[in-house]
Amino acid sequence: MSRISKAFSHLHETGSKALIPYIMAGDPSLEATKKYISDLEAAGADIIELGVPFSDPLADGPTIQRASERALKHGTTLKKVLALVTEIRKTSEIPIILMTYYNLIFHYGVRTFVQDAVKAGVDGVIIPDLIPDEADELIVPARKYGLDTIFLLAPTSTKDRIAIATKAATGFIYYVSMTGITGSRLTTGKAMRDTLNSIRKDAGKPVAIGFGVSTPDEAAKVAVLADGVIVGSAIVKRIAEGKDIKKFVRSLKNAISKNRAVK
Amino acid sequence: MKKQFFNVPDSSGHFGQYGGRFVPETLMPALIELEEAYLNLKKDKTFLRKLKELQKDFIGRATPLYFAENLTQKIGGAKIYLKREDLCHTGAHKINNALAQALLAKKMGKTRVIAETGAGQHGVATATGAALAGLECDVYMGAEDVRRQSLNVFRMKLLGAKVIEVTLGSKTLKDAINEALRDWTTNVRNTHYVMGTAFGPHPYPMMVRNFQSVIGQEARRQILQKEKRLPDCLIACVGGGSNSIGLFHPFLKDNIKMIGVEAGGLGVKSGKHAARFAGGSLGVFQGCKSYLLQDDDGNVLGTHSVSAGLDYASVGPEHAYLRDMHKVEYTSVKDNEALKAFELLSRTEGIIPALESSHAIAQGIKTAKKLGNKSIIIINLSGRGDKDVQEVAKIKGISL
Ligand SMILES: Cc1ncc(COP(=O)(O)O)c(C=O)c1O
Repeated sequence: MSRISKAFSHLHETGSKALIPYIMAGDPSLEATKKYISDLEAAGADIIELGVPFSDPLADGPTIQRASERALKHGTTLKKVLALVTEIRKTSEIPIILMTYYNLIFHYGVRTFVQDAVKAGVDGVIIPDLIPDEADELIVPARKYGLDTIFLLAPTSTKDRIAIATKAATGFIYYVSMTGITGSRLTTGKAMRDTLNSIRKDAGKPVAIGFGVSTPDEAAKVAVLADGVIVGSAIVKRIAEGKDIKKFVRSLKNAISKNRAVK
Repeated sequence: MKKQFFNVPDSSGHFGQYGGRFVPETLMPALIELEEAYLNLKKDKTFLRKLKELQKDFIGRATPLYFAENLTQKIGGAKIYLKREDLCHTGAHKINNALAQALLAKKMGKTRVIAETGAGQHGVATATGAALAGLECDVYMGAEDVRRQSLNVFRMKLLGAKVIEVTLGSKTLKDAINEALRDWTTNVRNTHYVMGTAFGPHPYPMMVRNFQSVIGQEARRQILQKEKRLPDCLIACVGGGSNSIGLFHPFLKDNIKMIGVEAGGLGVKSGKHAARFAGGSLGVFQGCKSYLLQDDDGNVLGTHSVSAGLDYASVGPEHAYLRDMHKVEYTSVKDNEALKAFELLSRTEGIIPALESSHAIAQGIKTAKKLGNKSIIIINLSGRGDKDVQEVAKIKGISL
């Protein structure tokens, strides 16, 4: 069982939800990222989503775009991020997912990337511009070497698309909370609840909700609908402002932990 | 062997190893809906009749195939014909696609269209189509291009469109496309994205090609009428690749030399250019797999060209495929060569070409010299140069 699946099944047993914070690797530096990851773990993060900067992040809003620009300016590359994960693995077993755009992986060489990522201790990848239909080149080596491929679903997703993504996803399914880019405003409606219920039931895989979750209240609201909550822009913004993130992440964790009572 | 050129793309948008759909999942239902709507319209006689009527009465088609006698004599080689897309309403071939997509959007029940634009020609064309079809229209344009093409910015506003200046990244076409894709991802339910070139996720490369193929269909008929034979060579500039594929596609089954001309900027060695085939490698960018200008880590490089419409880091997937098939040859022309051709055509023929088209003219002159005077070439004059007059004056150090 992968570190990600283990994390979810452990949380499931205790009736709690996964907190999955996102930060951009190399913003403001890779040393800082290492420190932030240990802060996140100490503050109650269950899984880390680590962005790898790309020149044209078309699924990201302004906050993460700017973080991406800063990280690139400091010379952050996919290779260096893999080296960072190797470094982190010396002291931590927290599941780590890389989120980046397909061209970085394609250019690296997809099979080599999968091997190097697994060797470094990466547990999964989220690639917002790669749909399962185009992902064979990634999925085949990922299964072989043991890298989770997390695919996305959105409120616009039809039955067909849901079937395709849930079949191709391992680790968990990333449900984009609204039609939009990272950092947009959150909405939760009945249609979303129904879709989520059917995905969780039919897929038998954990679902985490992301995009637009920026406060403990919002985190609590979406946590009841899913197995995990992803918080990105709100944390990246705090890092950009030089603020401490520990307290904020702890408040997110506390907010979603209260849902134990709801379950 | 020949037939395969017509069998692309496959049902999921692949031209051999190129093309496909590399987009956020949020957009997939919209792309599938668009493809279905387009394939239905292709069989819809009422729609096709309406489109044909508007091509004639609104765009002014068929555009002439003009024998450039003065230029031919001056060069002293092959007979040079110009396909006069500069005479289309709004001044470039872009309207062939934008008008058709605006009508398609209307038919799909969308109330709003968005577009990206580099030179401003596609933005103007989309604003025009939207005004005609009664749709709301927002156009994304890089800040650098807003500066270079201020005339077109004002034209779009006159046509009722909103121009949204993009100040992120390199502030050119690719950043405008990123923003348009972000907008579409957010507003996909009521909005259609009018992509301006034969690029992006399926079905755009196929659909835009088909809407632009009217160029080659007419040219083929016209040259047969005038010369009683097919030409020896076709030449067009390649930004994303729509005017070129529009000219080439109806000739693919003929055995004709075809040359696509990319922007050589300050020269491929200088790194300041948009010659994707000479200076790029296989990559995945803004919706499809094709040739891409990228650094050692796979980040997309900035590009340079004197012409905003060719200033783009990747190229339509069908071109990559036709190049592999040795069906089309790709070369590049530098800024200064294009500027020379711009002036030459203005003086010899009384036609001011767009700077994009000037790249094709410059290559046409080289090719005409090489071919003997028994040969015939057709150059696609994709647009008129009015939009570039200010920029050219600035380069020449003349203040207007
Ligand atoms: C006049 C003109 N020609 C050519 C182009 C290049 O585009 P494409 O390669 O899609 O024809 C443009 C793009 O803006 C243009 O305005």
